[in-house]
Amino acid sequence: MRFIRTKAAIAVAGLALTMTACGDAGSDSEGADVEVADDAASSFDDGTRMKELADAGTIKVGVKYDQPGLGFKDAASDIPTGFDVEMAKILVASLGIDPEDTSKVEYVETISDNREPFLEDGTVDIVLASYSITDDRRKVVGQAGPYLVTGQQLLVPEDSDVASTADLAGKEVCSVTGSTSLENVKAEGMKPVGFDTYSECVEKVLDGTVEAMSTDGTILAGYAAQNEGQLKVVGDEFSEENIGVGYSKDRPEMCQWIVDTITKAYDDGDYEAAFEATLGPSGVEVPELPTMDECA
Amino acid sequence: MNAVLDSPDLFLKAFGYTVFLFLVSGVISVVLGTLLVAMRVGPVAILSRAATVYITVVRNTPLVIIFLFFQLGAPKVFQTLRFSWVDIHIGPYDFTSFFTAAVVALSLYTSCFVCEALRAGINAVPLGQAEAARAIGLPFSGVMRQVVLPQAFRAAVPPLASTLIALLKNTSVAGVFGVIEAAAQMKSFTNDFASERTGIFIMFALGYVVLVEIVSAVATVLERRWRIA
Repeated sequence: MRFIRTKAAIAVAGLALTMTACGDAGSDSEGADVEVADDAASSFDDGTRMKELADAGTIKVGVKYDQPGLGFKDAASDIPTGFDVEMAKILVASLGIDPEDTSKVEYVETISDNREPFLEDGTVDIVLASYSITDDRRKVVGQAGPYLVTGQQLLVPEDSDVASTADLAGKEVCSVTGSTSLENVKAEGMKPVGFDTYSECVEKVLDGTVEAMSTDGTILAGYAAQNEGQLKVVGDEFSEENIGVGYSKDRPEMCQWIVDTITKAYDDGDYEAAFEATLGPSGVEVPELPTMDECA
Repeated sequence: MNAVLDSPDLFLKAFGYTVFLFLVSGVISVVLGTLLVAMRVGPVAILSRAATVYITVVRNTPLVIIFLFFQLGAPKVFQTLRFSWVDIHIGPYDFTSFFTAAVVALSLYTSCFVCEALRAGINAVPLGQAEAARAIGLPFSGVMRQVVLPQAFRAAVPPLASTLIALLKNTSVAGVFGVIEAAAQMKSFTNDFASERTGIFIMFALGYVVLVEIVSAVATVLERRWRIA
């Protein structure tokens, strides 16, 4: 009797293993291939954070999990996908760490609220999470870039007549609680309605409770692509967001490394490939690399 | 801290929404809770059973799930549950579908706890009181209204105050469901002024402490006034 039970347990364990294997097979990331730098550790000066990370061979990256096209993780995959994630992979690879190896690279979910605390207390080493550069944020964390400039637009149902923010004056427009987008909605004379995630706002637009939602055009394009035929992006950009890379203020040497690596990726065409693979399908043209701020 | 002091209007308006959510849901849940408790202790088996089932289901559901149901689930099935027919504007305050859905979710949830607080009060009224009321020929409604509930409310003041304080703090859930109340406004502040995070937290925490203190002060006054001699 006991023998049969043991056999059954082994069979179940075996089954579980094969199932996990199946799960892995489906999780190939769709992004562009990034080449891992050889002997990266020797190319950095002693005492720098890059040297420490390259020597340790591990890094923790803060990304968004809920923004299709920028940083999005579905339940089936191990690594999030999106342009921010591709940029993170380029940075990680330049340290000689394989960005596809989740035992070495930890993609931590950061929401708008916890990006600064996570950088300050070392929960993450770098943040690429549609992180707008602002003067106030630069008081507490380092921000390198911008590597992408986006502006805020409107996402409305396909059959909507709304063409600009003026059509929505005094009306309720959805965005994420505590985000810059929500403040801009107010500044444009619309009434802000805050939800926890962008996907909840999309639901409220789809069920007709609000006429529109608003945030960065790149994020909206991702949702429009996900709900083709139901939603569309309209209006001119009515704000300018400079998306940058966050790092700890205690490690100012990281700034130059980030700027150099991204500039090199742009020259090599990796930037374009990353953009094509992630935001390309939603119909956004590959932009020129913005002029990045000087590192202090 | 300066960020909050620089724009006190935003701070006060946000707490205004918190207070409105609290007052409206508070009144509705006390009324609903009283009805529920009458059903529960009443002699009609089916009503008593129905109230028990309702309380078991709603009280055991996390508040966020109830919010999600009324914000994202129900509107897809029933048009009226979008609450888009609610459109009231008083001064700077807008009471639209989001406020209404929040009030509905908070009231349905809190009424269970109000019912149980009142039931504790009813259980504290000696059985002899109800029997005496019956003996002088009062119907069930009379027994409840004139003899049992007045005494029950007195005994229930302390647990009822706890329930209402919990409601006051639970209003913060509405902040991620479309109402710019205190918790949502705090997130706006910390987003815009990342360097003043701690000060902003303290200001908003103080706001809640003051509101809760007011509720418990009222409860203390009532408790003292209604004390059974």
